Amino acid sequence: MERNIVYIALFAALIAALGLLPKFTLGSGIPITAQSLGIMLCGTVLGAKRGALAVLLFLGLAALGLPLLAGGRGGLGVFTTPWAGFLFGFPVAAFVAGLEVEKWHGGPLGLVAGVAAVVGGIGALYLIAIPYYMAMAGAGLGDALVVAMAPFMPGDLIKAVLAGVVTHAIWKARPDAVLARS
Amino acid sequence: MLTLTLEQQSWAHRVPVGWKLLVLLLATLVLFPVDHILWLGLSLVAAAILYGSLGLTAMRAGVAMLKPIVLFCAIILAFHVLTGRTGLGFVVVLKILVLVGLANFVTMTSRLDDMMAVVMRLLRPLERLGVNTKAIALAFALVIRFTPVLTSKGTALMEAWRARSPKRAGWWVVIPLVLLALDDADHVADALRARGGLN
Repeated sequence: MERNIVYIALFAALIAALGLLPKFTLGSGIPITAQSLGIMLCGTVLGAKRGALAVLLFLGLAALGLPLLAGGRGGLGVFTTPWAGFLFGFPVAAFVAGLEVEKWHGGPLGLVAGVAAVVGGIGALYLIAIPYYMAMAGAGLGDALVVAMAPFMPGDLIKAVLAGVVTHAIWKARPDAVLARS
Repeated sequence: MLTLTLEQQSWAHRVPVGWKLLVLLLATLVLFPVDHILWLGLSLVAAAILYGSLGLTAMRAGVAMLKPIVLFCAIILAFHVLTGRTGLGFVVVLKILVLVGLANFVTMTSRLDDMMAVVMRLLRPLERLGVNTKAIALAFALVIRFTPVLTSKGTALMEAWRARSPKRAGWWVVIPLVLLALDDADHVADALRARGGLN
């Protein structure tokens, strides 16, 4: 009980910290923010239910007025933009990614977590974010794909791969901590 | 950690948070279906008057909070102009600015602990379903406490990296950061259990 609550809370804090830290660089120097990597890790490490709860906790505190979202944004205003579908999709993304790691025991964990991050953190996320954007901004599918999907897709694919690598590294260092597999 | 609440007193700070949230919800529901540029323009003026009633600092803070979405609004507008739907573009952008502005207004005039009190009151019915709301309150407090802790640990890791390399820190700094968070979590869980746990 205590361990579950604390893991959920610390992963919520981790999502925030990953968004607030200066950008990391990738290979030859492309800067990335790691907040959505944090969302994916919540699912692949904590599992479906706890991962989704960690993301909900993080969003709840941002809504209450803490500047926890990447770049120090927060407050109720971030939930009334047409892009808020990404925020509402975050807990679902973590849940789907976590479910996949929990149910798919066949392959090596790094690969499973990477695929889970693609299915949850990209597939499920955009399935919510794109229709939400279309409804809120009165846009057609083409507009939505160009404005709300194309610019973020390359970065998200890279982060899904990183989520697989990081999950595997955590599993090697602290096998007990990967609750999705215990 | 800094919050987004304005450090000043005003009439809007004194309105109970529950009422502000209710009015915001109603305003959002009423404004959302509006498609007439005149009404949206008037509501933008009304929102500006609300900010104006708090003084110059508040107006500056309000504009600063809108800044991140201005670029996106510009893209949406440009997109609509290019596809020959300039009128619709203005409607969409005005609506975004009004809705976000009003929501930010509530955030800027409400203290975090008052907001939290409203949330805990809304969660109270869940207790009957067996949900431990004390655990939820504890989780909120832990996130508030540990976000700055993990951010400073991450900064320390990145500085250690910089001390050894001319380049910025690479993504694999994330791995030791997650491990530090997991170790903290184990310590806090042990400490909680040693003090009688959550029950």
